[in-house]
Amino acid sequence: MRALNRKLLRDLRHLRGQMLSIGGVVACGVAAVVAMGSTLQTIDHARASYYEHARFADVFATLKRAPEPLASRIAEISGVAAVETRVTAAVLLDVPGLAEPATGWIVSVPTDREQTLNRVHVRRGRWPAPGVGNEVLVGERFAEANALTIGTRLSAVINGRWQRLTIVGVAMSPEFVHEVGGGGTTMFSDSRHFGVLWMGRDALGPLYGMDGAFNDVALSLSPGANEQSVIERLDALLVRYGGGRAYGRDDQPSNVVLTNEVKQLRAFGIVMPAVFLFVAAFLVSIVLSRLVATQRGEIATLKAFGYHDHDIAMHFMGYALAAVLLGAVLGVPFGAWVGSKFTALYVAYFSFPELTHHTSVGLVALSLTVAAASAVIGALAAARAAAALPPAEGMRPPSPLVYRPLLLERLGFTGVFTPTIRMVLRSMERRPWRAAASIVGVALAVGTFVGGTFAFDVAMYMGDLQFRVIERADLSVSFIQPLPARAFHDMSAVPGVSRVEMYRSVPVRLSAGHRFRQIAITGLEREGTLRRLVDADGRTYAIPPAGLVLTKALASVLRVAPGDTVRMELLERGGEERRVVVTALLDELLGTAGYMEIGELNRLVGEGPVVSGAYVALEPGAESRALGVLRRLPSVAGATPRRAMLESFEEQITSMITLTTTVVALLASIMAIGVLYNGARIALSERGRDLASLRVLGFTKREVAGMLFGEQAVVNVLGTPLGLLMGVGLAFLIASAFDSELYRFPVIVTPRTYLWGVVMVVVAGLGAGIAMRRRINALNLVEVLKTRE
Amino acid sequence: MTATLALPSVAPLRAAPPPREAPRRAVYDVRALSKIYRMGEVEVHALRSVDLELYQGDLVVLLGASGSGKSTLLNILGGLDTPTSGTVRFAGRDLTAADDRALTRFRRESVGFVFQFYNLIPSLTARENVALVTEISRNPMQPEEALAMVGLADRADHFPAQMSGGEQQRVAIARAIAKRPEVLLCDEPTGALDYETGKLVLNAIATVNRELGTTTIVITHNAVIAAMADRVLRISSGHIVEDRRNASRASIEELSW
Repeated sequence: MRALNRKLLRDLRHLRGQMLSIGGVVACGVAAVVAMGSTLQTIDHARASYYEHARFADVFATLKRAPEPLASRIAEISGVAAVETRVTAAVLLDVPGLAEPATGWIVSVPTDREQTLNRVHVRRGRWPAPGVGNEVLVGERFAEANALTIGTRLSAVINGRWQRLTIVGVAMSPEFVHEVGGGGTTMFSDSRHFGVLWMGRDALGPLYGMDGAFNDVALSLSPGANEQSVIERLDALLVRYGGGRAYGRDDQPSNVVLTNEVKQLRAFGIVMPAVFLFVAAFLVSIVLSRLVATQRGEIATLKAFGYHDHDIAMHFMGYALAAVLLGAVLGVPFGAWVGSKFTALYVAYFSFPELTHHTSVGLVALSLTVAAASAVIGALAAARAAAALPPAEGMRPPSPLVYRPLLLERLGFTGVFTPTIRMVLRSMERRPWRAAASIVGVALAVGTFVGGTFAFDVAMYMGDLQFRVIERADLSVSFIQPLPARAFHDMSAVPGVSRVEMYRSVPVRLSAGHRFRQIAITGLEREGTLRRLVDADGRTYAIPPAGLVLTKALASVLRVAPGDTVRMELLERGGEERRVVVTALLDELLGTAGYMEIGELNRLVGEGPVVSGAYVALEPGAESRALGVLRRLPSVAGATPRRAMLESFEEQITSMITLTTTVVALLASIMAIGVLYNGARIALSERGRDLASLRVLGFTKREVAGMLFGEQAVVNVLGTPLGLLMGVGLAFLIASAFDSELYRFPVIVTPRTYLWGVVMVVVAGLGAGIAMRRRINALNLVEVLKTRE
Repeated sequence: MTATLALPSVAPLRAAPPPREAPRRAVYDVRALSKIYRMGEVEVHALRSVDLELYQGDLVVLLGASGSGKSTLLNILGGLDTPTSGTVRFAGRDLTAADDRALTRFRRESVGFVFQFYNLIPSLTARENVALVTEISRNPMQPEEALAMVGLADRADHFPAQMSGGEQQRVAIARAIAKRPEVLLCDEPTGALDYETGKLVLNAIATVNRELGTTTIVITHNAVIAAMADRVLRISSGHIVEDRRNASRASIEELSW
């Protein structure tokens, strides 16, 4: 081994505390890249391979009823590779062990041939037998959430009649990787109350009068086909069969959620590592600069012996690369572990036949390259200074730093500081960039903590807003099909019901110019109190007497403003067109939605006074009684208690909070400790002689420690509020990355989150202090008197 | 007092004018003091059973070659180091039985140190370096007063880097005496200075000793300096080999080397 390398190793051992703390920060950066990247790659890969393997369709369309022979005409559309017709319908389910009714989406599967598209994969059990009427497959999420096993019997209202169904298998499909219920499009769906069922076409078709007919079709495209033109030709073909407009994968609900999630992961996967590697570069820079300063004589000696400048520069680069190596050794396995935990979390939300976490060699290489680059950038200035030091100058002690009175003192505020405080402040002012970077380092740690955990404040806020402010009904009841307005009396007659408000839901395709979205317009009672229009800040609005209210997200998709007219095609009426003026925009948190006054909506549709469901308030303790009655009403498709939705929502959030908060707090603490510990070590190295002199003069260990940590305290005091601000900034950044058409992500940070951020830095500071205590005790009082600095 | 009995043959030799009246109080009472350092495998006997009394108000010069043990003795007297065996009593208190906390308090309240390399805090001005010590003292003088005593009243707002070595050392003396210590310990105070500035520094030490009556011990390897002392101790290989009183203290101007 070369002597210079031996020196490197010995020095590294001597600097092990600092190397470990820097390595820890590098490890966090590496771990963030590996964790986020591997989760992203795992999900991306699982999605791509599942979609391909299960032949996920490219274009989807629903219609009222079309004869089966139409399928061959669809197949003739240029660009269409394969066609799969189905029968689909919403069903109401009575699930054993579940007090309230659940809703389901039932999809037919062929029993006489292989599926061509959207192939259902049977995880357990078997395919429904041909000619047996009551056999179904159920979605895995729904089965797990309700502990349904093969052989379990369910009751379902299918087309207005109760049917007994037997579960013969548990299955999944690329259409329902995320089992999206009732048009909900967030990850927080309720798997207990919504499930997907598959039933033999020969059994399901007749129940809906679809013998030899279909009401849903999926297509795959041949390579190079133009999706838009296929959609247009398909629409033209289906319009006389009550076809709504067809849509591509980009609008397929399950795929939309999956795509959004991948987008969010990618945003995190870039921001988080960048923060850590910035701090790592800063730490490498201050530690190496100090090392070069203390090794002036050694550097000069090496040069005197004939070592080249680049040998010296590379020698100091070696320290930075050692930190990266240490970071890699710690960070790669940790990142892979966190990635596997993240992936395991996704298993609870996404159904893939196989979601095996995998960390690719390429990703590890990428993480190491990025980490090495940051360390080299951090080491550059110090290595260059070492290379540039003329040997003769290095032999002499460095010229003393020139101090001067503080800016405040120069401005006339003299006598306000004690000598101790002056020492601390002047040494910070003397090296302003280093003080600033330390403050930024602490701020980033606090910011990372706040920015990394605020999402739960938001989630809790959203849950609270949705289930306590917007939806205030105890039960939300939906009917199988629109009923006359007198259904109000049937609802009011249900025992335990104290108040009933009816609503109308009309599935439409809204368009303005060439932009469109398929949504349901909700008609609400003008005097209603159980379902209200509430914006992101919690303000409540009355529904205007005329015109359409759109969420801001939807208005921006359609590029419309109040006063503009939009085209509305009624999906239930074969695409009949209406025009309506947008009268107001609502800055709502969840979803793209539209609202109208219920009477006005019915007039516009022209079906007379009909209702799609009811919001019901109950007397205290009446829930199970009311549900028992509602469950036996054949016209009721679903009755969901608000309590159950809120509980399930909060339960899902809590399970995610624990892991994420722990990991983020750990990473942020490592960053804070790295900054504070190295800052104190360098302060001790620079001022150790002064401090030992003060000990000789009779200052106690405590007083000397106070002077040493004074600088760290100032860094903390200035860095923490800055960090809280940065946390909010980071929160806005993350929120804008998360913001989507599906849900708006507000920035809500509770005092509790701020407080934890502060606690985290204080604890990190104390940790750094404890690590330094031994060194302060070991200050050599005699030695300092004998040596000139 | 037993103090006069300890050196009966020396006391009568003292000529006029006697700087202090006898009998005088012993500030330090050192008995059988030994210090052994272990440097790796080697044992270094820095002090070998030293017995010594030092008297109130004396200016003592401690002579010796490097490695003779003089700094070890000074460090033990100043509460910076602890002996291997023997006792050191300061004003009746046993320093050898004191723990780190008690020694810190001793240094803080009773001892003024002046070091060869000044050991000033570079980020504080002359005045602030002195104030650093006066702020933790019970009965200090004003920093300005201490600086005036060493002739640096007009340099109070200068930083160490803006002053010469002699000026820095005088600031260090001002810092040491501002707390009105009972003893002033100076370890090679002129060791890093040239002739002229060295004399300025010695003058400051002599002035302090004279005006404040502070018991002062000056370590040096420069035998010429011994002429300014009341009492001269020579130390060699851990033993005190010479202990004499000067008939009269030479003024600093008379010294030359």
